[in-house]
Amino acid sequence: MWWLRSPDNARFSSQSFSRMTLATATPSEEARDTAGASRSGSRRSGPDTAFHFLVAASALLVLVVLGGLVVLMGIGGGQAFRTFGLGFAFSDVWNPVADLYGAWAPLFGTIVSTLIGVAIALPLAFGTAFWLTAMAPPRIAAIVGTAVQLLAAVPSIIFGMWGFFTIVPFMARTVQPFLTHHFKHVPGIRFIIHGAPFGTGLMTAGLVLAVMIAPFMTAVMRDVFAAMPNMLRESAYGLGATRWDVMWKVVVPWSRSGMIGAIVLGMGRALGETMAVTFVIGNVTAVGWSLFAPRSTVASLIALQFPESPAGSLRLSALLALGFILMLLSFASLALARMLRGNTK
Amino acid sequence: MSDSVVSTNGWKPNPRAARRRSADHVATAFGMVMAGILVLVLASILWTLLSRGLAGLSAAAIMKPMGPPGSSSGLANAIVGSLIQTFLALLLATPLGLGCGIYLSEYGTDTNKFASCVRFVSDVLMSVPSILVGLFVYQVMVAPFGHFSALAGSVALAILAVPIIVRTTEDMLRLVPTAMREAGAALGATRWRVTLSLCLRSAKTGVLTGILLALARVSGETAPLLFTSLGNQNWSFSLTRPMASLPVTIYQYAGASYEDWVQLAWAGALLVTMGVLAINIAVRVSARRG
Repeated sequence: MWWLRSPDNARFSSQSFSRMTLATATPSEEARDTAGASRSGSRRSGPDTAFHFLVAASALLVLVVLGGLVVLMGIGGGQAFRTFGLGFAFSDVWNPVADLYGAWAPLFGTIVSTLIGVAIALPLAFGTAFWLTAMAPPRIAAIVGTAVQLLAAVPSIIFGMWGFFTIVPFMARTVQPFLTHHFKHVPGIRFIIHGAPFGTGLMTAGLVLAVMIAPFMTAVMRDVFAAMPNMLRESAYGLGATRWDVMWKVVVPWSRSGMIGAIVLGMGRALGETMAVTFVIGNVTAVGWSLFAPRSTVASLIALQFPESPAGSLRLSALLALGFILMLLSFASLALARMLRGNTK
Repeated sequence: MSDSVVSTNGWKPNPRAARRRSADHVATAFGMVMAGILVLVLASILWTLLSRGLAGLSAAAIMKPMGPPGSSSGLANAIVGSLIQTFLALLLATPLGLGCGIYLSEYGTDTNKFASCVRFVSDVLMSVPSILVGLFVYQVMVAPFGHFSALAGSVALAILAVPIIVRTTEDMLRLVPTAMREAGAALGATRWRVTLSLCLRSAKTGVLTGILLALARVSGETAPLLFTSLGNQNWSFSLTRPMASLPVTIYQYAGASYEDWVQLAWAGALLVTMGVLAINIAVRVSARRG
């Protein structure tokens, strides 16, 4: 019974049980256990120790994998960081011919496309979750809710293909000519819509990302809304609140931390998304205000340029350094989600 | 709030109540429109996938291996390659994920610093961009040996599967009542016996669900395979050589300018999506029964 006394064992902390354990934990027995004089004691500790060792080793391996991921990315990017210094993160040059690299162009693309994606997905997800929990007939809500949850599992490359064959032509033939025709001379907007009608760019990438993360965010928000005790909802209705009053003044404050979690998780997915974006971003490493000109993101740049980069080259190192920065970004978004959740609870 | 309700009884409409009611109308319309848009867009994706995928799907597409454009080729080696790599990845990820999950739930209490560290790392690993996992495995398993390999692809997929298995295993084991463990201990079972024969057995369905979800997540991944198993035009069953996979083939074919390749890409996309959806539906049905 030696393992029941181990201090890290909270499983067996029910009162009667711990009292019993204490009673048996006499010094003499402990001495016998360690000396191996007790036959049962020695027989049990062997496999048990091995088992403990085994599971602890697999836990350690998980730790090592992430550690290795971060360290290798940092070491691989070291050459780029040393060559360009801190300016690497803020230089908008990406010129493989002159062997000059800066992270700002892809970083800008990643951040802007993610923000567009979240900005579009948020009202979609919130509105749909609102409709599902407060308005839809139960049977339809069950069907639509399940469908949305299932669609959250569709691989990202499918969204990329759909964007490539549906959204890109739509943007090129309908949206961009329309915008150019009507807003060409409006100062402020002109910069945003500037560019030849390729159909690819930050706006298209943002749209595809929004469609990709919206089902996921909807599913999480719906779960969070449904987790609220019905009594709160009924009390509010009983006081004469309208549906929107209940939603905005009762449900949203109650589930704020869960909603923030959903948003940040969606953002994390959009940040590191490769396949959905690579199809529709256009892959030009440039910085500019136009949302409709071809751009690139960190993940798409890595996916496209990595195969062309010879081992040991500065370009490969720059790509790994980009990966390191992306890692930090995704890490920061997860930490942010945890912090916000911790604060509100 | 109650003021306004009382005063609506008068003949004059209360401006506050009217405002609240119109806000409610606007919000209702907003919710319905948003739900409508989302459902329509998702239906459009499925419709595109079905109509274009079914057009490209044929016996030849499944039975014949990949080939040059215009040669009535298929996806057979990509399908088999995907199956091999995915199941090898699960084979690697399951013991590791189970072990780590068992450690976190049975040995990792709140006071255990190492366990909370591992728990956090596993969460981070779950949200790491998958292309970075591909880069990592490239540096560890491809660059030192000088060639791409199916094994490297499987390891990359396994790294993505492990955190999902860890999370569900830990959660499911934590649901096992303490009384069960106490009963096992009272009968004289050792700790590993209690963990494996009692806890893990009673949490079997949940743990299996986690493994299936990991399978679903991993089977559509493209980015980690780009730099690890690379893809292959020909049949290959060797784990030390490049191997084709369905997602990478879709990626290569969808951007091509040959009509038959694009059709094959859609057929492949349909196959992958159906596979992933089938696994998810199976999980759902079994969860409802259990």
